[in-house]
Amino acid sequence: MLKIKDLHAKVEDKEILKGINLELNAGEVHAIMGPNGSGKSTLASVIAGKEEFEITKGGVFFENEDLEDTAPEERAHKGIFLSFQYPVEIPGVSVTNFMKTAINESRKARGMEDMPANEMLKMIREKSEMLDIDRKFLSRSLNEGFSGGEKKRNEIFQMAMLEPKLAILDETDSGLDIDALRIVANGVNKLRSKDNAVLVITHYQRLLEYIVPDFVHVLHDGKIVKSGDKALALELEEKGYDWLKQESAV
Amino acid sequence: MAYTEEELKKELETKEYEYGFYTDIESETFPNGLNEEIVVAISKKKEEPEWMTEWRLESFRYWKEMVEPEWANVHYTKPDFQAISYYSAPNKKPKYNSLDEVDPELLSTFERLGISLDEQKKLAGVAMDIVMDSVSVATTFKKTLAEKGIIFCSISEAIKEHPDLVKKYIGTVVPQKDNFYAALNSAVFSDGSFCYIPKGVRCPMELSTYFRINQAGTGQFERTLVIADEGSYVSYLEGCTAPSRDENQLHAAVVELIALDDAEIKYSTVQNWFPGDKSGKGGVYNFVTKRGICEKNAKISWTQVETGSAVTWKYPSCILKGDNSIGEFYSIAVTNNYQQADTGTKMIHLGKNTKSTIISKGISAGKSQNSYRGLVQVNSRAENARNFSQCDSLLMGNECGAHTFPYIETKNKTAQIEHEATTSKIGEDQIFYCNQRGIDTEKAIALIVNGFSKEVLNKLPMEFAVEAQKLLEISLEGSVG
Ligand SMILES: Nc1ncnc2c1ncn2[C@@H]1O[C@H](COP(=O)(O)OP(=O)(O)OP(=O)(O)O)[C@@H](O)[C@H]1O
Ligand SMILES: [Mg+2]
Repeated sequence: MLKIKDLHAKVEDKEILKGINLELNAGEVHAIMGPNGSGKSTLASVIAGKEEFEITKGGVFFENEDLEDTAPEERAHKGIFLSFQYPVEIPGVSVTNFMKTAINESRKARGMEDMPANEMLKMIREKSEMLDIDRKFLSRSLNEGFSGGEKKRNEIFQMAMLEPKLAILDETDSGLDIDALRIVANGVNKLRSKDNAVLVITHYQRLLEYIVPDFVHVLHDGKIVKSGDKALALELEEKGYDWLKQESAV
Repeated sequence: MAYTEEELKKELETKEYEYGFYTDIESETFPNGLNEEIVVAISKKKEEPEWMTEWRLESFRYWKEMVEPEWANVHYTKPDFQAISYYSAPNKKPKYNSLDEVDPELLSTFERLGISLDEQKKLAGVAMDIVMDSVSVATTFKKTLAEKGIIFCSISEAIKEHPDLVKKYIGTVVPQKDNFYAALNSAVFSDGSFCYIPKGVRCPMELSTYFRINQAGTGQFERTLVIADEGSYVSYLEGCTAPSRDENQLHAAVVELIALDDAEIKYSTVQNWFPGDKSGKGGVYNFVTKRGICEKNAKISWTQVETGSAVTWKYPSCILKGDNSIGEFYSIAVTNNYQQADTGTKMIHLGKNTKSTIISKGISAGKSQNSYRGLVQVNSRAENARNFSQCDSLLMGNECGAHTFPYIETKNKTAQIEHEATTSKIGEDQIFYCNQRGIDTEKAIALIVNGFSKEVLNKLPMEFAVEAQKLLEISLEGSVG
């Protein structure tokens, strides 16, 4: 589904991604771990098409198509979703209104009519119940004054509404309390199917107990320095990153 | 053979007289220029009573002594007042026979605004039953209104049919010599609307008028007078669109609102006149005086969505004369490309326990300049006056400007005045966030702008709110590269 080939990317002349290779197939869950500043969010942004980052070498392929000339909104229409590490506030725009716009824009891109209001309402009810979100919350301005945890839960609500093929979760677990973590993880697992793939960026192995990955990759200084199965996450939790940093320096 | 300057002038003068101002005028548009004869001719053309003619002449004499105000934060070439024609009757001949002949770009704008086909025809000047211009729209609701004793007609008609009401109230809120443009309007106003709601009557529908500027080079001088008698209520809508013009058009309207004891007037405007092209050429000069007076327990709300005009100079104001009266001002002003807007309000607290609220949302894009100018004045007699003002500016790009000029004058220590102001910018992160959810940049901006303006949009009557939202979208199109 997603193929990243020798990806190099820079921002303002600073090279951040230095040759990443990664392949996600439908039905798989991959986790990316790695120290602060290693380039995890950058990788997520590049996949989502943020223009700030310039690809200097290699590329990102989605369903065998080079995404280089694909605008961020078109990537979204194709089914790529990013749960942001730092969700952005949009004052005056309610969660519901935002979702309605997002869903109908994607439908329009696929040549479909707007979603009928009752269908939309039903979906909102279902998904908000699944994620244990109070409906009052949905009429508030998007992310404005939301607590850290509320923002993250709201990202997953959006994911559930948009039903993407590829979901990238950038530290969605940070800021969630223990109960919320379980609820959110549950929401992600509900999306999992043989047709979808999930890329989980996290610092903590705890999330991976709920969303069990097929593969774990360690990103360090813009490169994947080690890959393994879920046991690798446990090992990292125990040993930290130093041993890998040394290994990769050799 | 070359004329001497003197000969040329003479020839032109006599030519003017050939039109025969005092008797039957055949032409649809008066020759350019302004003098006492023209003022009299307008009045005669409208078959006005003598007192009205005198009132106009008096105004004209004031105007001659006045100079254009220069304090506003706008820059433009001053109109040549002698190069404007001051009267334009409805052009009976349609410009087009069918919509197919109309500029498709104009039509697509109408379509996106959700304007009905009939209305599109009207606005574009396609042949149909009713053609409207600076002479007011005939309204079909008249009968329903008449049953309740509501008078809603053109000001010209009111001058003839209801002279006592007009005579009693015209110029009482905006005096003839109030300012340069008000004086000019008082002298030459072409038409406008008149509305009277009798005691205790709640007007059962939104009263609306559509004005547009049609004939090139014809200044538009509307005069509106709304009187809400004791304990009555009315909601009044004023909306404008204008076809593209490459020459500047002057627009100087006067609106007077009178809310007697316990009455309420809601006055909503969507203004969408030609703002000039992308390089700043053309566009309407909009110099408007709007003011209302509140008697005891009365309330006046001004709500405006200003997206058009090249230069806007407009301060809908409230004189809170009666005790416990309330004034409100809700405004969205959008400027793009080279537009300039200097707009705001004045809240004059005279009575006790008077309250005012000001919510102003300025959105600037392109190379435009957007200024809020507001005055809150509390007089010595106005015990316990309260005001809350909030002025928010949203900037798009680095080349536009937002300015806030709040003036506060209080002569009473019990006054409570609160002022809040914010300036924000549409961030790339916000846009990327929307993009990531499948919303393209143009739509994202519309969404963000609508969110920013929500408090004001919510104050508009339903059908107007939808149109206003679309208008915001269209006005900001292409504002982000
Ligand atoms: N717009 C930018 N301009 C300059 N440097 C940037 C920019 N964006 C990211 N960087 C730098 O790129 C590096 C990688 O950042 P990134 O956000 O991808 O790290 P991360 O792995 O997600 O870290 P964390 O675990 O803290 O979230 C950092 O050193 C960061 O400072
Ligand atoms: Mg990060």
